[in-house]
Amino acid sequence: MPKVHIPTPLRQYVNQQASVDAAGATVGEVLATLTSLHPELKKNIYNDEGKLRSFVNVYVNDEDIRYMSKDATPVKETDSITIVPSIAGGRA
Amino acid sequence: MTPTLSKEEILRYSRHLILPEVGMEGQLKLKAAKVLLIGTGGLGAPLGMYLAAAGIGRIGLVDFDVVDFSNLQRQVIHGTKDVGRKKLDSAADTMLDINPFLQIDKFDTALSSENALDIIKDYDYVIDGTDNFPTRYLVNDACVLLGKVNVYGSIFRFEGQSTVFGYPGGPCYRCLYPEPPPPGLVPSCAEGGVLGVLPGIIGVIQATECVKLILGKGEPLVGRLMLYDALNMKFRELKLRRNPECPLCGDNRTITKLIDYQQFCGIPQHQPELENTVNETEIDVVALKARIDKGDKFVFIDVREVHEYQIASIPGTKLMPLGDFPKHAAELNPDDEIIIHCKMGGRSGKACDFLRQNGFKKVLNVKGGILAWSQKVDPSVPQY
Repeated sequence: MPKVHIPTPLRQYVNQQASVDAAGATVGEVLATLTSLHPELKKNIYNDEGKLRSFVNVYVNDEDIRYMSKDATPVKETDSITIVPSIAGGRA
Repeated sequence: MTPTLSKEEILRYSRHLILPEVGMEGQLKLKAAKVLLIGTGGLGAPLGMYLAAAGIGRIGLVDFDVVDFSNLQRQVIHGTKDVGRKKLDSAADTMLDINPFLQIDKFDTALSSENALDIIKDYDYVIDGTDNFPTRYLVNDACVLLGKVNVYGSIFRFEGQSTVFGYPGGPCYRCLYPEPPPPGLVPSCAEGGVLGVLPGIIGVIQATECVKLILGKGEPLVGRLMLYDALNMKFRELKLRRNPECPLCGDNRTITKLIDYQQFCGIPQHQPELENTVNETEIDVVALKARIDKGDKFVFIDVREVHEYQIASIPGTKLMPLGDFPKHAAELNPDDEIIIHCKMGGRSGKACDFLRQNGFKKVLNVKGGILAWSQKVDPSVPQY
């Protein structure tokens, strides 16, 4: 099953797991499986129109899905999907 | 005038000078370089110290903050003796102690749309060591508009990100993230915590990239986003492209000057007169204490995390961490009066909103949270 890497800010919505295996043939399907397992995650990565939020990027291996087929990007069983939200800390 | 190295400088930089990739030529490039460091906190600490040591000739520092005890767990450029001093002065003292050949320019201000272009224009490279979304977009936009390279790093809890933006032909911050998260959705380090050594790693990556860029050696971190996970000790690299549709650096640019970044990030304009006023959805800690002393009946909830509760708590509260709040809210009675607090009032505000959306009528947010309680009501409650 494709492995989804969960960044620190979103781990609170997936029982603190660093990665979650989720079934699916496309990025959209894998994320749908993931968010059905962990509904609290959904509103943190998708907006009300069901589109990925613009401060959340999703990568299949090291490629940004915005430059592939977005949600329809195919994934293989061995692929890893990484969710990378914007973080801003550093000075204070 | 071409810079030269004195006998003292030659000795100081000898381990650089014997590296063929640096040598006299590279060391003179470092000496001639002008770098602007925005923020002298977590990232700025290792950045300032290593860039000073490396022999960068001129470093501009931008900060408006003063050193606080809670900074010392990670901001190693400041010491206990510096608490209460301006970070600018404390950082400059440390850097000049490391390297007295350095010229430091101090900008005792918050970077803003009004001053950013003026401050940045005199420098060759900009290093972003700030801590909030409006300033990060401001730094990015100003750098792209001025054609400056922006060495980026950011941190949260155990994770860091670093890359180089604004390199000719390379992506900018808006290519990576077109928009910031709405306020409150991503917690700050003050709310979410940060591992003290984490900014060391990310700041040193930024310093390394800056030195490489000046030397013109190696493969710069352009078009690649470096992710670091301290807990699992893993570095991962993701591809980063210039977005042809980027409104700032894309093919059809629509942003040609600096904008209002507070507004862009959805942050309401600061209204100083509201600082000391309490609106009808809030309760002041002193008024709250008076109601407790009077024996008023209400449900008093703390929505912080268990580990925060263990650091400090207010007697009589029931702990319901925000993450599980919707689940626990089912136990609450909409007819009861409910008062909610957290550390500073942000998370409890969200919990209050959630209850109001679910039909609760009598809900109050404790203004300023447990920090205000410690400051104004009970100093024996530790601040963190």
